[in-house]
Amino acid sequence: MIVVSGVTKRFGGRPALDGVSLTVEAGTTHVLLGGSGSGKSTLLRLVLGLAQPDAGEVVVDGVRVTPGSRAEIQRRIGYVVQEGALYPHLTAAENVALPARARGWQAERTEARVTALARLVELERSWLDRHPAQLSGGQRQRVGLMRALALDPPVLLLDEPLGALDPITRAELQTQLVRIFRELGKTVVLVTHDVREAFVFGRTITLLEGGRVVQQGTFADLARRPATPLVTEFLRAQAPPPEMTAYL
Amino acid sequence: MRGVRPAAVIALLLLLPAAGPAADRPVVRVGSKSFTESYVLAEIVAQVVEQTGEARVERKLGLGGTGIVHAALASGEIDVYPEYTGTIARAILKEPAVTTVAAMRARLRERALVVTEPLGFQNTYALAVARSTAARLGLRTISDLRGHRRLTAAFDPGFLDRDDGWPGLRRHYGLELAGVRIMEHALAYRALAGGAVDVIDVFSTDGQLAREAVALLADDRGFFPDYAAVLLARRPFAERLPRTWAALEQRLVGRLDTATMTRLNAEADLDRRPFAAVAASFLGGGAPAGGRRSPARELPALTLEHLALVGVSLLAAVVVGVPLGVLAARRRLLGQVELMGVGVLQTIPALALLAFMIPLFGIGRVPALIALTLYALLPIVRNTYAGLVSLDPQLVDMAAVLGLDGWKRLAWIELPLASVTILAGIKTSAVLTVGTATLAAFIGGGGYGTLIITGLALNDGATILAGAIPAALMALAIHALFEAVDRLAVPRGLRTTATATR
Repeated sequence: MIVVSGVTKRFGGRPALDGVSLTVEAGTTHVLLGGSGSGKSTLLRLVLGLAQPDAGEVVVDGVRVTPGSRAEIQRRIGYVVQEGALYPHLTAAENVALPARARGWQAERTEARVTALARLVELERSWLDRHPAQLSGGQRQRVGLMRALALDPPVLLLDEPLGALDPITRAELQTQLVRIFRELGKTVVLVTHDVREAFVFGRTITLLEGGRVVQQGTFADLARRPATPLVTEFLRAQAPPPEMTAYL
Repeated sequence: MRGVRPAAVIALLLLLPAAGPAADRPVVRVGSKSFTESYVLAEIVAQVVEQTGEARVERKLGLGGTGIVHAALASGEIDVYPEYTGTIARAILKEPAVTTVAAMRARLRERALVVTEPLGFQNTYALAVARSTAARLGLRTISDLRGHRRLTAAFDPGFLDRDDGWPGLRRHYGLELAGVRIMEHALAYRALAGGAVDVIDVFSTDGQLAREAVALLADDRGFFPDYAAVLLARRPFAERLPRTWAALEQRLVGRLDTATMTRLNAEADLDRRPFAAVAASFLGGGAPAGGRRSPARELPALTLEHLALVGVSLLAAVVVGVPLGVLAARRRLLGQVELMGVGVLQTIPALALLAFMIPLFGIGRVPALIALTLYALLPIVRNTYAGLVSLDPQLVDMAAVLGLDGWKRLAWIELPLASVTILAGIKTSAVLTVGTATLAAFIGGGGYGTLIITGLALNDGATILAGAIPAALMALAIHALFEAVDRLAVPRGLRTTATATR
């Protein structure tokens, strides 16, 4: 479970997050939805302990995130970012094995884990001997997910994981991610600006705007009982025009 | 650069100075400056010491100018070298008013130095005209020039600048000449012979004076200061080896008149005879290695010396510079101070940096290696720093999230990612060091520079090129070598399409 309470974070005086609170129940997927500059990625960094809040606190599975507890927090979290942030000098398999190698795992145990993860994300093991530059965007994203899952952490944080992919790959991966989250029962926080992604992934959604929470709830809550006109505006902005839908 | 073992480099650094002949007998280290006469005199001194048999000799010849060779004497790196009274008064004692050897001896005593009586000749500036011109116009002294305002002159840049050169001379004698051109010393002799100019400045023992139809004009109104040749030595040497010191005084003091020295300079400079042979013929022994000098025979040894200078200093610079670059990237404030410090090192002219090493580390390979290492630092430190601070922050953050602590993050992620930039810095350093290492010879560090400064001293283009061309080839070879290393040491994923993942 992740509990964010009254968190404020300023960069050079301007608040990137302003009194944000939210709760993510264990084993559920929560979507942070918002435009650019809404503060959603900053919130993930605070959860990871990569930055410290100026006010408020973040608690992950009962442990408050501080510089002192950061290492312990990061052990419980898998982190996936746009385009994967894979290390170009390592093969895909070496990238995936990095967290295990950092903790001194035996080679056979690591290899078994890599093979199992490849099966989970439906990637052929032979692809993993390539360097990231030789993989497609979707393959890189799968490798990034494998790496985040390497140590089987209870929590997954994903920052625009499908942002850089073409529509077909994106749809494929969406389906796959939903399946994986359900199968593994992870506590997931997924950051996106894509309303349809929020609809597909989120049991609960937090809509952020300018560092503040505009509304929290299910997609139905946001659509039917918008807290402000902005919510409707945001949801509608990305909907396809009716003329287009008619063709499909 | 993976697989570099710091311990091996340090061991090499420590071993190098020890790699000499066994010290069973006392050693006399003979130094010289880097011009022909100084080489010849030092070789004469060395052979007298050897013939006396009280000690063996180490030759540390061609040690740059007065600053370097005197610093080497003061710090005990050499025991004796040939010097001139005018230089002792002006450059060493800094008291131009002291003119007698007796007065100098008293002052040098305070510095634990001794000086012989004059060897006989003077090496001063002088004015020369073609013998035909002298006969035609009846020129015998500098004063005689006053009546001939239409004569043209070519003077060395140094002579034109110095107050004890042309500016002072002109005032002193009230001279007027139609045209005064700047011309390098050796060219001036040719210009004079060809009739292009009428008057040139010379040194009174130039070898050319023995061969060409040139007449010196007497300094009838005593303008040029005395530059009488003497031997300058450390007192402990003179006292510890009295027989050797006595032999030097007995065989050299008053024995080398101007004509003799001019002839010896001509043999070395114009006939290209080895210094050792010239010295031996003066001392009346058989020439040990007659014939012409042959730089080609020295090349293999000099190549090894040069490679050792470059290799060891570069390895040391990598071992020191990469951690300094890492430190600078980790602590930004310290880093700025550090980069400035390394930058300032680079602004010191290489020759000056070498000279600074002498009081601290003496002369020879060790100070040369230290100076070269310091000089090689900047590109390595800078590029390591630049490579590390310009890494994608997301990749660095991710390493922390994946549980890589400081060292693992550095070794597994940051250094490999920055390796292209770091290697580029090392490559720059390597190529620069090949060039800078030619200066090591000025403080007795060996290498190709030995040929270059000998060639400069003799005004012998072939010898200069014999050092300069191999140095250029070595720089090219090292460049090519690094291109190959690039292929091996840079991680594969970074070489192909490093930008595709960004």
